[in-house]
Amino acid sequence: MNLRIDVEKKQGNFLLQVNAEVSGERIGIFGQSGSGKSTLVHLISGLLQPKKGEIFLDDECLFSTAKGVNLSPERRRIAIVFQQAMLFPHLSVKANLLYGYRRCRIENRRIRPEALIDLLQLQPLLLRGVENLSGGEKQRVALGRAVLANPRLLLMDEPLSALDDTLRFQIIPYLRSVSEEFGIPYLFISHSILEMQLMVDRIVVLREGRTAETTTPDQLARNSMAHSPKGYLNLLHLANPLQDNGLYAYPWGHNTLLISDGEPTKQSLFELSSREIILFKKHPEAISARNLLECRVSEMFDSDARVGVVLLVDGEKLVAEIVHSAAEELKISVGSTLFAAIKASSFRKLG
Amino acid sequence: MILVPEDIAAIGLSLKVALAATALALPFGFALAWLIVFKKFRGKMVLEVLVNLPLTLPPVVIGFFLLLLLGKNGWIGKLLDASGIPIIFTWKAAVIASATVGLPLLVRSIRLGMESIDQQLIEASRSLGAAWYDTLATIILPLSMRGIMAGSSLMFARSLGEFGATIIVAGNIPGLTQTIPLAIYDYASSPSSVTMALSLCLVSVLISVVVLAAHELLSKKLDRRSAL
Repeated sequence: MNLRIDVEKKQGNFLLQVNAEVSGERIGIFGQSGSGKSTLVHLISGLLQPKKGEIFLDDECLFSTAKGVNLSPERRRIAIVFQQAMLFPHLSVKANLLYGYRRCRIENRRIRPEALIDLLQLQPLLLRGVENLSGGEKQRVALGRAVLANPRLLLMDEPLSALDDTLRFQIIPYLRSVSEEFGIPYLFISHSILEMQLMVDRIVVLREGRTAETTTPDQLARNSMAHSPKGYLNLLHLANPLQDNGLYAYPWGHNTLLISDGEPTKQSLFELSSREIILFKKHPEAISARNLLECRVSEMFDSDARVGVVLLVDGEKLVAEIVHSAAEELKISVGSTLFAAIKASSFRKLG
Repeated sequence: MILVPEDIAAIGLSLKVALAATALALPFGFALAWLIVFKKFRGKMVLEVLVNLPLTLPPVVIGFFLLLLLGKNGWIGKLLDASGIPIIFTWKAAVIASATVGLPLLVRSIRLGMESIDQQLIEASRSLGAAWYDTLATIILPLSMRGIMAGSSLMFARSLGEFGATIIVAGNIPGLTQTIPLAIYDYASSPSSVTMALSLCLVSVLISVVVLAAHELLSKKLDRRSAL
């Protein structure tokens, strides 16, 4: 998918001026609230018209003041997943799911409802009224409804913001898998760096109505390490732990990580804050932290007053965060060997 | 309770006029409410004021304007005269009078219903491939059904009571254009017919109670359906 957008839109005192070109299947639009993300979603989907400019999706002109083109929303084939599920309250779950499908031209119907219902595990919900669904179920139906419209692009407008943490990490695999399974590219809009790290490959960053930069999730996480409340978040997908004295021993590359908050058998996702990693120059004699890893410094970066140290542990990567004076005292440089201590309780299970 | 054949005719005519007026006003009321709630255009204020005007004007004034418009020398009257359709002093004039007077009530109720629809539901529908008229029929119409129902019952009840505009454009011809309020007016002006007037008043009360009860029942049913 290639999206080229160069638009200007004034709303009251707020001026949105976006100029960006992004390619890829999983693109993020990142910005704090009030940065113009929502307006941009409306402009791309055709629910609002820019004052001037143009929008191209894969060489098809969706909007252009110069050419006098303005495709109506229903002809753009861009489906939206909103923050709230926005299911039609007067229709059943099944009728909601098929709303877009029935309006999609037959030659564009690539996705079979049965396949999608299976993938999203919606079968048990089909005959229920939409008011009798839980928040997570509603969002799954909303996602299914958008996908069944067989869109060229899915616009996910903060689809996880209204969900609590547990549900959020239950929905993420669904969001990713429908896009992969059915080959629908998506634009994922959010103000959460963690969601960006989990959902997208490229990011357009909006700041006060303007495109600030185009970057990667990792770069974004590194840049905001110093002011994020939890620093840089290392994300680890771990599976098949062994029980070990009340802890879970997860295989991680050639090493083993001891984690308190594990779960038997299932694959789990853990976050580890860059601030929870303590670095030692030499192997400490004895230490209460349950994980001590020998690692090599592969890269260092600055994020305001902090130094990010990218550690390689048998090919696996971790980012630790230290202050400048610590970096000088430890005489860390690229290539030096360090020992990283991490408490078993520092890993937080996300889902 | 005494009801003479003229009274029965008045009751029948009242119901017929009220029903026809409601049916006539519904599409206009729906379209006006939709314009006011969902569309941005120049002169919207003017339209809103015009729609609400009959609410504040004395019905007699409306009747007089309608008479000017529909009468032999009026804009519409001339056209109708040429095509051989008489309006003034027929039950059709009573329908038009009731529809005009009741329209603001209908528009208000439908507006309230439409304003309570989450804008994002409409956006969702459009982005799922529905053209604006499709969204209007499949999302806005069913979701403003409560407002439409409430407005219709209000409008129906108001039409049953219409007097001032009706007497000017339709007259007070027993058996032809005499509705319940007009018949009561006739009875009330002669002291010997108090019982007759009272009988028709009772009928009026009865019809109103039935309309209100039907409205309550229907909205309960709608509530149950949306709660499913």
